Amino acid sequence: MIAALGKYAGAVLWSYAASIALILALVGLSLWRAAKVRRALQAVENRQARDE
Amino acid sequence: MIALLARDLRLALRSGGGFGLGLAFFLLVAVLVPLGVGPEPATLARIAPGILWVAALLACLLSLDRIFALDHEDGSLDLLATAPIPLEGVAVTKALAHWLTTGLPLTLAAPLLGLLLNLPPQGYLWLVVALALGTPALSVIGTFGAALTVGIRRGGLLLSLLVLPLYIPTLVFGAEAAKRGAEGLSPATPLLLLAGITAGAAALLPFATAQALRVNLR
Amino acid sequence: MSLWEYANPKKFMQASGLVLPWVTGLATLLLIIGLIWGFFFTPEAVNFGSSVKIIYLHVPAALMAINAWLMMLVASLIWLVRRHHVSALAARAAAPVGVTMTLIALVTGAIWGQPMWGTWWAWDPRLTSFLILFLFYLGYIALWQAIEDPDTAADLTSILCLVGSVFAILSRYAVNFWNQGLHQGASLSLDKETNVADVYYLPLLVCIAGFVLLFLSLVLLRTRTEIRARRLQALLARERAA
Repeated sequence: MIAALGKYAGAVLWSYAASIALILALVGLSLWRAAKVRRALQAVENRQARDE
Repeated sequence: MIALLARDLRLALRSGGGFGLGLAFFLLVAVLVPLGVGPEPATLARIAPGILWVAALLACLLSLDRIFALDHEDGSLDLLATAPIPLEGVAVTKALAHWLTTGLPLTLAAPLLGLLLNLPPQGYLWLVVALALGTPALSVIGTFGAALTVGIRRGGLLLSLLVLPLYIPTLVFGAEAAKRGAEGLSPATPLLLLAGITAGAAALLPFATAQALRVNLR
Repeated sequence: MSLWEYANPKKFMQASGLVLPWVTGLATLLLIIGLIWGFFFTPEAVNFGSSVKIIYLHVPAALMAINAWLMMLVASLIWLVRRHHVSALAARAAAPVGVTMTLIALVTGAIWGQPMWGTWWAWDPRLTSFLILFLFYLGYIALWQAIEDPDTAADLTSILCLVGSVFAILSRYAVNFWNQGLHQGASLSLDKETNVADVYYLPLLVCIAGFVLLFLSLVLLRTRTEIRARRLQALLARERAA
């Protein structure tokens, strides 16, 4: 398959790699922050529920 | 408004404030560029209009954060907000004061620096005209940026980041007009577009500036 | 804090919680199908050789880069007029997605431009406008992060987004005026007879749909995060006050 890319193989592979890396980085960051904020909120909510 | 304008002008002139600084910066850039790119007259003549425009733009940028910051610190901005003139009027006055202390001197000094950069003789008139038409837009846009960042401590860098993209159309048309003038072509089209941007910005942006000030003073 | 302030975000959280898995799943599916189709099962173009395969990333990313800004503009307007907090937070959530899309469009464009035009970068109107768009995104995000009070930040960034949109369009025309470019015109449009051939067109459509859904899913996810972060701040503030 990859051999069929001919002389532009480098360009095609690099652009796919770069784009997929960027998208994965964005998804990863979003998920990471989502999890972090959700955990923090959960902790505070539990604490406040206990106090009341 | 006139009282406010006079006060701002006095402050700018007296307190060692931005008045001379912008001009000195402008001069420095005009000296540094030939040192950087080499002294060939032909090269310098070709890039002179663009360099002068970029230098003027950066010099304008230097004094932007002073527009509202001092007034915000000592509380006079809150007084201005309750003053009988609308905040939009304050925005216009501030922009005008900024232009009188930065844009106008830069415009007047530009021919002198053009000399340093070997600007072709037919270019001087159009360079001055383009700067005279374009620098008011720089002041108005800059006032808007200053209003956005007035509540932020050390907002100077952020201010540049916000304002520079907004300067692009002005820079493109202004430098193009100056370049065409220097090459002996007719600079009418970019000059008209430049004047359009200045007029549009001066007419509409003060409302956005005033809105941003209201939000920041809330 | 009034009840109303909770009511809308709550509804949004419920609705988005239901929709999000489906959107995410569909986005993943379409992206995988579209990219594999584009990468493995499309012929080489006459002029471009196999480099035509970059189009499946370049065009959708460029489209979303602009659409993300449009979405932020609409969300900012809704916030300024109707004061829906979710709207302001959605605009905030969309900006990093938009900036990533712009970056993808720029990077794939540079990699594609190298063999095609013999240069990584040219000061061509389209390329330049995208770079300018990138700068606008950076300024917008920086302003969000610089301001502590969330409502002030929402107001100021909304104003910046409105003014910035006008100047972004002005820049587009200014740049066009400034230099005629290398870049070909838009190859996708509904009113033109000669679009790209179907072999390229269909996988491209799948990829565009995939990118749209990916954008939607990321914005939903990030908006939910922002809402939680707001609630967290509010709870902590109440705790301190008590």
